[in-house]
Order: sequence, then C-alpha cells, then structure tokens
Amino acid sequence: MHWDWAVAAEVFPRLMAGLVVTVQATFVGAALAYALGLVLAILKMSENRAVRWTVYWLSEFIRRTPLLVQLYFLFYVLPDLGLFLSPFLAGVIGLGLHFSTYTSEVFRAGIENVPKGQWEAAKSLNYTMAQTWTRVILPQSIPPMIPPLANYLITMFKETPLLAAITVVELFNAANIYSNSYYKYLEPMTLVGALFLLVSIPSAYAAMWLEQKYSRRN
Amino acid sequence: MELIVEFYPLLVKGTLLTIELTVVSAVIALAISFTVGLARLSRHWIVRTLALIYLEFFRGTSALVQMFFMFYVLPLLGISLSPFLAGVIACGFNLGSYGSEVVRGAIKSVGKGQSEAAHSLNYTSYQRYRYVLIPQAVPMMIPPFGNLLIELMKLTALTSLITLSDLTFAAQIIRSQTAMTLEPFLLILVIYFLIASVLVGFTDWLAKSIAKRRGMTPVRTN
Repeated sequence: MHWDWAVAAEVFPRLMAGLVVTVQATFVGAALAYALGLVLAILKMSENRAVRWTVYWLSEFIRRTPLLVQLYFLFYVLPDLGLFLSPFLAGVIGLGLHFSTYTSEVFRAGIENVPKGQWEAAKSLNYTMAQTWTRVILPQSIPPMIPPLANYLITMFKETPLLAAITVVELFNAANIYSNSYYKYLEPMTLVGALFLLVSIPSAYAAMWLEQKYSRRN
Repeated sequence: MELIVEFYPLLVKGTLLTIELTVVSAVIALAISFTVGLARLSRHWIVRTLALIYLEFFRGTSALVQMFFMFYVLPLLGISLSPFLAGVIACGFNLGSYGSEVVRGAIKSVGKGQSEAAHSLNYTSYQRYRYVLIPQAVPMMIPPFGNLLIELMKLTALTSLITLSDLTFAAQIIRSQTAMTLEPFLLILVIYFLIASVLVGFTDWLAKSIAKRRGMTPVRTN
C-alpha cells in the first residue's frame, strides 16, 4: 500500500468542503451549548428544590449517555413524533444539548466563585437584580470561565465526526464517502487526521494561553 | 414491554458487550495513562518528546477517526485487527491520552518537599516514584479518572459503527426490524445511564475507601 498523491489531490477539495461544515457545526453547537448551559446553571442554583433536583438528574442523564445515541434519538425518533429536523440541525442540537451539561458546570462554578460579599455589597447599594448580575456578578465570573469554555469548543470540534452517523457530510464523512466509493482508505483518513491535528493543536495552545492570561488576574 | 421480551437476547448480548468493551479499554487506558504520564516527567528529553507526540496525536484527532483508521487503514498496511480489538485499542488509546494528563498533573501536585525528602534519603528515581510520589498522587487521580471512565463507556457506542454488536447496534437492529424508534433508543439510553451510574458509584466508593484507609493508617516511612 503506497501513498498516492493523485488520490490525495482528488479528495482534498471534498475534505475542505467537509471542513467548512465541521466548523459550522462546531460553532453553532457551541453557541447552543453555551446558551443552554447558562440556563441549566441558573436553574441548578434555583431556590426551588424540585427544580434543582429535576435539572440535576436531567443533565446527569444526558451526561451519562453517549452522544451518538442521543443523535440517533433526535434523528430517528423526533420525525416519528411529528418533528422534522434536517440532519445538520439534529446534529447541532445534539451537540449543543450534550455539551450544555458540561458548560453548565463551568458557569455554575464561575458564578459560585464570586464571593458572597459581592452580592451583599450590591444589595447594600440597592442594585436591582439585573444590575447585580450585569455590573457585579458577571463581570467577575466571566473571565475565569473563558479558558474552560474554549476547551469545550475544541472538544466539540473533535466530536463532530459523530454527525456522520446521521448523514451529515462533514469532514470525516466526506472522506468516508470517498473511501467507500473508490476503496481508497489510506489517503482520505490520513488527511482527515492531519486536518484535525492542524486545527486542534494550535487551538489547544491558544486555550492554554487564555488560561495563563486569565489565571494571572486571580 | 413486548419489545424487551422479543429482543431480550439481543439486548443482553449488547449490554454485555458494552460492559466488556468498557472494562477492556479501561485497562488499556489505565496502562497508557501511567506509561505516558510518567514518561512526560522523564529526565530524558527523547522520552518526554515521544510522550508529548503521543498525547497531541491521540488528543488532537477525533476518536471516531482513530477507530476508522485502525479498522480500515491498518489492514492495508498489513496489520489486521478484529473489530473488537480495533474498538478497544481506539477507545483505550484515546482515553489514555487524557488519562496521562491526570497522572502527570496529580504527581506534579504532590509537594516539592516530598521529592526533595526522597532525594535526601538517597532514594533511586524508581523508589521516589514508587514509595513517595505515586502513593500520594493516586487519591487525587480517582475523581478525574472516574469522569474519564464515563467518557470511555460512552465512547464504546462508536464501536457499533465498526460492526460490533454493542447496545447501540442492538437498538439499530430493533429499529430496522420493527420500524420502532422511540422504544429501542429510549431503552438503551436508560441502560447506558444505569451502567454509567454503577461506574459513578464505584468511583465514589473507591475514593472514599482510599481516603478512609489513608486516614486511619499512619504514614509509612519506607
């Protein structure tokens, strides 16, 4: 088995098209994971015990079951219940939902790390709830959240090949489709691996840089 | 309910295979975690560099890509792996890279004085790790290892894509034979959740029992 540059050149444009879909899925999925994660975090800190309990076990359920099965669930089950999603949409919803249970822990820890005195100070200044959040709590809790949230972005990027299982033609699936039609596995798969490294290694070092930058302030 | 009765053997087989995959790849991942994690702390730069390359490679590419590479590409290079072997190696190698960071981090977080004390007692490098650093680092590794174990268990679902008949595969078979969707997928989600919950319970128990034992016995001096 020899490396064939002609095959590599032929498959490369398809991989690039796939990479675009991968990046889109990563960012849309991450946006969803961040938004939902914040909602979950706030609900987890609710005064109401029933709400806390429900949200805790719901997110544990999502966290302890495979993303692949959740994607199948969204892809196969929802249409039977009358809800039709495109494969891409099902994929990003699955990604977002799965990782919101991880990001919610980041948000919760970030918010809980703000000292209690800050809440009391806001109260003594007669701040409204909205002012307390936007002027006191969030400005202090967001910077330490940035590095772990960036890390989850990278994790989600590496999880996007699962979307191939529900027919999304992202980077991995683009290679897989080519491989299955021409029986060439070496070049496409190797290139996919290389492209993943090319994106994820610099991103990981960028995340580490963020970590150093924001940990110095605390 | 009928579904469970009719497909009982398939579901049991799938559950057992998922558990088997989890256990075998956890053993591989644990061995790699320590090997690579300790190699990253080595005195020799070649060992450190090789370990770093391993880490970046397996952490930087996607698990599914690694699994497909092992299943479809390695045979072309003359290495044929059974689906089971390709599955456990991919899962174990992938999680092992994350685990190596846990090992390295835990050992590095043991106080520097401990390392110096071992030096001053003229311990060899082996003795220093074996009797001083690793025993103190292990309790710190348990909680993050527990999280990785859950990730590993979830990762085994990917093996259904390289023809292994695990739980996820069982659900796919049921779907294609009965056209039912909600029941099989909800059922296996619950089974996965139960397996994960047992693993969480096991990790908690392990963390507690180690802490208890360490708390009760005085610190050994040898």
